[in-house]
Amino acid sequence: MSRPMGDSHRRFLQAMMAKGIINEQEARALHRHCCDAHNAHCAPDRLDEFIDVISSHLQPMFMQIRKGMSEEDGLPYYALVNMAETDVTRMSSDYADNELELFRKTMDLILGSETGSVSSTDILNSADSLQTKKLKKSETEHLLSRLVMDKWLNEKRGEYTLSTRCIIEMEPYIRTMYQDQVKLCHICHNIVFQCQICENPTCGIKIHNPCVARYFKGRAEPRCPACDDFWPHEIPEVRRLQSQSRR
Amino acid sequence: MVVMLFDEGRSETLMGEEEDDDIPFTQPSTSQVQKGLEKLTPAQVDQKTAEVVQYFLMKDQKKIPVRRADLVKHVVKEYRNIYPEIMKRTARTFEQVFGLKLVEIDFKNHVYILINKLETLEGAPVRSPSNPKMGLLFVILSVIFMKGGAVKETLVWNTLKKLRVDPGEKHEEFGDVKRLVTDEFVRQRYLEYVRIPHTEPLEHEFRWGQRAELEVSKIKILEFMGELHDRDPQSWSQQYKEATTPSSSSQPSTSSQR
Repeated sequence: MSRPMGDSHRRFLQAMMAKGIINEQEARALHRHCCDAHNAHCAPDRLDEFIDVISSHLQPMFMQIRKGMSEEDGLPYYALVNMAETDVTRMSSDYADNELELFRKTMDLILGSETGSVSSTDILNSADSLQTKKLKKSETEHLLSRLVMDKWLNEKRGEYTLSTRCIIEMEPYIRTMYQDQVKLCHICHNIVFQCQICENPTCGIKIHNPCVARYFKGRAEPRCPACDDFWPHEIPEVRRLQSQSRR
Repeated sequence: MVVMLFDEGRSETLMGEEEDDDIPFTQPSTSQVQKGLEKLTPAQVDQKTAEVVQYFLMKDQKKIPVRRADLVKHVVKEYRNIYPEIMKRTARTFEQVFGLKLVEIDFKNHVYILINKLETLEGAPVRSPSNPKMGLLFVILSVIFMKGGAVKETLVWNTLKKLRVDPGEKHEEFGDVKRLVTDEFVRQRYLEYVRIPHTEPLEHEFRWGQRAELEVSKIKILEFMGELHDRDPQSWSQQYKEATTPSSSSQPSTSSQR
C-alpha cells in the first residue's frame, strides 16, 4: 500500500507539470520549498522516496517521474513522463502528422549516426521526402526551433541531438523500435548517443562523455575497459556543481 | 493508447456515420449507472478514468475549458452510461493526486475547468514559463477590482502603457499584447471582454472571468495595492468588504458535490 500524498507532494507535482524536466539541484530546492510551504518535514536524503510516493499515485494514470542522466553534463535529471504511449504520438496534441514524421526521421538519423547527432542540413534534406504533407525549408526550421523549445531536441552549432527529456521519456520506445541500432554505454549500461568510442575495430564500445570523465578520472594512462587498448580520446573534466560538495 | 484516442481535430465525421455521437447526451440515472458498473470490470473503469484525467490535463495545459459533449464524444464514448461515476472518480483523482479542483463553470452547456487548490506562492525555485503572463494578468485584475468590477478597455490599455506594455506594439516578452489580453486571457476565462452597446466607435469593457473568480484571491490584490500605495488594505472599505465576504450562492459548485 503506497504512502498517501500530502500537499507538499502535490505542489511538487504541479511544478513538474509546468517544467517537464528539472535537474537534481532544482529537485532538491523544490523538495525543500514544497515541504516548507506545508510544514512537512523535509529529509534531504529522502528525495527519491518523496518522488516515489508521487510516482506510485501517478501510475494508474500511466504517468511517472523518472530519473535519468544528462549526456551533456552527466547530472541526474527528473522528468515527468507519459507511459501510455509506445510511440511518438505522445506529442500528437502539439504537432501535426507531417511534423511527427519529420521528428521520427530525425530520430532515425540520430540513431544511425556515430556521434548521436545530425546536422540541420541532413534534416532539411529528409524533409523533402516526407510521405505525409511536405514541409518547406522555412517550416522545417520553425518546427526544429519548436522542438528545441518544447525540450525534445537540443541544438548546438547547427547539430541536433536528443534532449535529456526525450531520452528519459522515449527510452522504452527507442529500445523497441531501434533494437538493432541502439547502443548501451559500457559503464552505466543506459542507452547512449553522444559518446566516445573505442578505436579498436574489433571492440568499438561506447561510453557517455560524463561516464568517460568519471571512469578515467586521475588515471595516467587511460585504457579501454573492454579490450585494454589505449584510449586515444581527450578525457573530459568531471562536471561538479558547487552544492554537490555539501552533503 | 491514451492520446491516440483524442483524435478530435483530424477526422471529419459525416452525419450519420457514427451513430452514437450525434445523440445529445443526457445524464444517466443512479440505477442506470449501477447497472452499467455491474457489467464492467474495475480495471476497465480505472482505465477509462485515467483517459479522462489525461484528456483534462492536456486541455488544461493550455487552460482550455472542457465541454461535456466533447468529453463524451472523444473519450468516454461507450462508457457514457456510467459517466457520473467516472466524473466522480476523476474529480477525486484531481484533488488527491494533483491538488486541483474540477469545477463546472457553465451549467447550461456543461463546461469544466481545473482550478488550483494550492495557493500560488512566492519564491518557488522552479519558475514556470507562464509566470510573466500571470503578472500582467494580475495587474489587469487589480485595476478591474479596485474600480468596482468593470472598466472601459481604454483604462486597461493606458495602465499597461504606463508599464511600458503597449498593446499597439509587439512586446519582447508578451508578443501581441492585445491578442494576449482580449483573446488568450478571455478564452482561458480569466477575463471577460464585453461590448458596450451604443458606443461609436465600438468600445469594450473588461470584467473578471469565471476562472479569475475561482482562482485569484481578492485579499491578495488588496495586499498588493496596499504595498504599492503604502496604505492599509482596509482603507479601501468597499473593496475590502467585497474581498472578505465569503463566496455568494451564485458561485459555481464543484462537480463532486452532485
